Amino acid sequence: MFMKHGIVAAAALAVTLATPALARVDGDTITLGSSISLTGKYATNGLHTQRGYDYAVKVINEAGGVKVGGKSYKLAVKYYDDESTPARGAQLAERLIQQDGVEYMLGPYSSGMTKAIAPVSEKFGVPMVEAEGASRSLFTQGYKYLFAVLSTSEQYLATAVDFAAAKSSDPKSVRIALAFEGDPFSMDVRAGVMDKVKEYGMKVVIDDQLPADLSDMSTTLTKVKALKPDALIISGHSKGAATAARQIDEMKVNVPMIALTHCEAAKVQEKFPKTANGFLCPTQWVETLSKSDAMFGSAADWNAGFKADYPSYTSVPYQSAQASAAVYVFKEAFEAANSLDKDKLRDAISAVEMETFYGDIKFSAQGNNIAKPMFMRQINADGTYGLVEKAGDMVHPRNVAY
Amino acid sequence: MWDNLQLLFVWAPIINVQVILDGIFVGAVFALSAYGLALVWGVMNIKNLAQGDFVIMGGYLAFALHQMHVPLVLILLIVMPLMFIFGWIIYVVMIRRIIDQDMFVSLLATFGLSLLLQQVINLIFGPEVQTIDMEMPVYDAFDNMVTVPSSKIVTLVLAGVIAVAVVLFMKRSRAGQAIRATAQDPRAARVLGIDIDRVYAFTFAFNAALCGAAGVLVSIIWVIQPFYGITYSVRSFAIVTAAGLGNLPAVIGAGFGIGLFEKYTGAILGTAYEVAAPVCILLLVLIYRQIQMRRNRQVVR
Repeated sequence: MFMKHGIVAAAALAVTLATPALARVDGDTITLGSSISLTGKYATNGLHTQRGYDYAVKVINEAGGVKVGGKSYKLAVKYYDDESTPARGAQLAERLIQQDGVEYMLGPYSSGMTKAIAPVSEKFGVPMVEAEGASRSLFTQGYKYLFAVLSTSEQYLATAVDFAAAKSSDPKSVRIALAFEGDPFSMDVRAGVMDKVKEYGMKVVIDDQLPADLSDMSTTLTKVKALKPDALIISGHSKGAATAARQIDEMKVNVPMIALTHCEAAKVQEKFPKTANGFLCPTQWVETLSKSDAMFGSAADWNAGFKADYPSYTSVPYQSAQASAAVYVFKEAFEAANSLDKDKLRDAISAVEMETFYGDIKFSAQGNNIAKPMFMRQINADGTYGLVEKAGDMVHPRNVAY
Repeated sequence: MWDNLQLLFVWAPIINVQVILDGIFVGAVFALSAYGLALVWGVMNIKNLAQGDFVIMGGYLAFALHQMHVPLVLILLIVMPLMFIFGWIIYVVMIRRIIDQDMFVSLLATFGLSLLLQQVINLIFGPEVQTIDMEMPVYDAFDNMVTVPSSKIVTLVLAGVIAVAVVLFMKRSRAGQAIRATAQDPRAARVLGIDIDRVYAFTFAFNAALCGAAGVLVSIIWVIQPFYGITYSVRSFAIVTAAGLGNLPAVIGAGFGIGLFEKYTGAILGTAYEVAAPVCILLLVLIYRQIQMRRNRQVVR
């Protein structure tokens, strides 16, 4: 009996949900949609991203919102948790567009998730500005509605190989150890590194793949100790950075140069201050960048404002900054298009050319941002990050004291 | 792979010592949670898919206590009873209702519990990867080729102490005898005046406490994240399948075996295959058992 009622109730609920609710523009609110990883393996960075979106929405609304056709609209974001699973992300994107009537999308976290969602937004012709999918392969599919504010991932650690070459009298003799996760992002980073390694004719002595549920990479590090490479390059999102930092200390791994992604996101400088000293970390953005805009001010202003809203950060991850930049692109495009029509908006986004606190933004025909470079930073002994513009600025070999 | 084999056995055989030591350290932790699973499986025929999440929960409790600057031994002494109480509550609320149902109900229910625990931990502690840094000295040998953090030694000793205590408890105490009697024949045990319901509750709570202990150790030697439970569940199932139910020495042996196999797989094929190693063992054991059974199978005419 109870079951019967349950089914009836569920059916009724389904009917209500299926009615197209026009949430796109509700009164004076423009709703952006995003499926974001709040649980699962990408949850750390999913949260950084969400906070970046929320902060930008708050600042833009406080400054009067978005002006379209002489009317001011407030921005809002409708989130769903995609549980870090691509299939779920694609499902939720479809739900956002079809059931919730969302016509403008903000990206999910990670290249893998973006890869799953992009075909959906493309199918419905919904423009998506994403801030966290850096995989090169996203921009070779001919997508028309996908735009990314960040630099593509093959640029992440390629500079580290340049630095290693510059520090050696004979780049051919440089021996490199690689440890990369098998997801699209890390594999792209690896491809960029491998291109450089081949260019210099260096030797790869270790090339290990890391698992998705990484909690122990001692076997890889054991091999690193035995082979003593000149540089160790690691990419495995936050968990990779945290596990590496923890075990490099515990196993007294002494490599003159260690470069890895997601240092800030994993807070390695805070949790493992001793080991993290000398780590090279690529970043999409630095708070000392001399770029600014009318909405958020300079990079430092954005940084200070974000920290005031989320005091738990000692060093703000770039994932949050670029998320804010993506929201800002929407505001600029809405005002440039002076329309809420999604196709006019799409054309306005593709024509965007702006300086922001996050750096310059200008999209190529493929949708990636071609106006902004990657930056490399090194962690100092006091846990701060110092910008490394050329190999000479770098502390080499790292100062280790185990 | 060929390079790795050469490295292990020709160029730098000394790193075998490191690989073996690491295998032993992780094996000890696996054995703890696997024994808990074997108990619950053997005594109440519940296949607990939330086993790994109990481990992670113990890890996070330890992490929280560590934030309050509680010393390690005290952490263990607090987490185990806490997890025991938690296990008892879960038994009363949930397990008691599914114990007589068929296998799929217990699998579904414990899988649901696993999801629930993951999300609750995620809500409370956030999704960041956490670890307890005991800041204890690291010993090295053979020209720094082999390093042994004292935290891992402490872990091994603690795991050993807990294992011995469990063996003595199961053999000597009345409660242990009651558990073993119930595992053998619940009906006969009930006839002889054993309160089966209490024994079940105690077994499940005891399992949670063992997992909690394993979790404390995991948070000290590795990193924890709310969604890492599944890898411990898989390892526990692999170990129990290999070792059989209710045989602690075999479980410990299988724990060390899987630890070593995992580490060697990692060294030879790469770290990505480490997690796949226990699943391969699980498969091999099942295939072997299948062949073994076939020999005894007879056709009834």
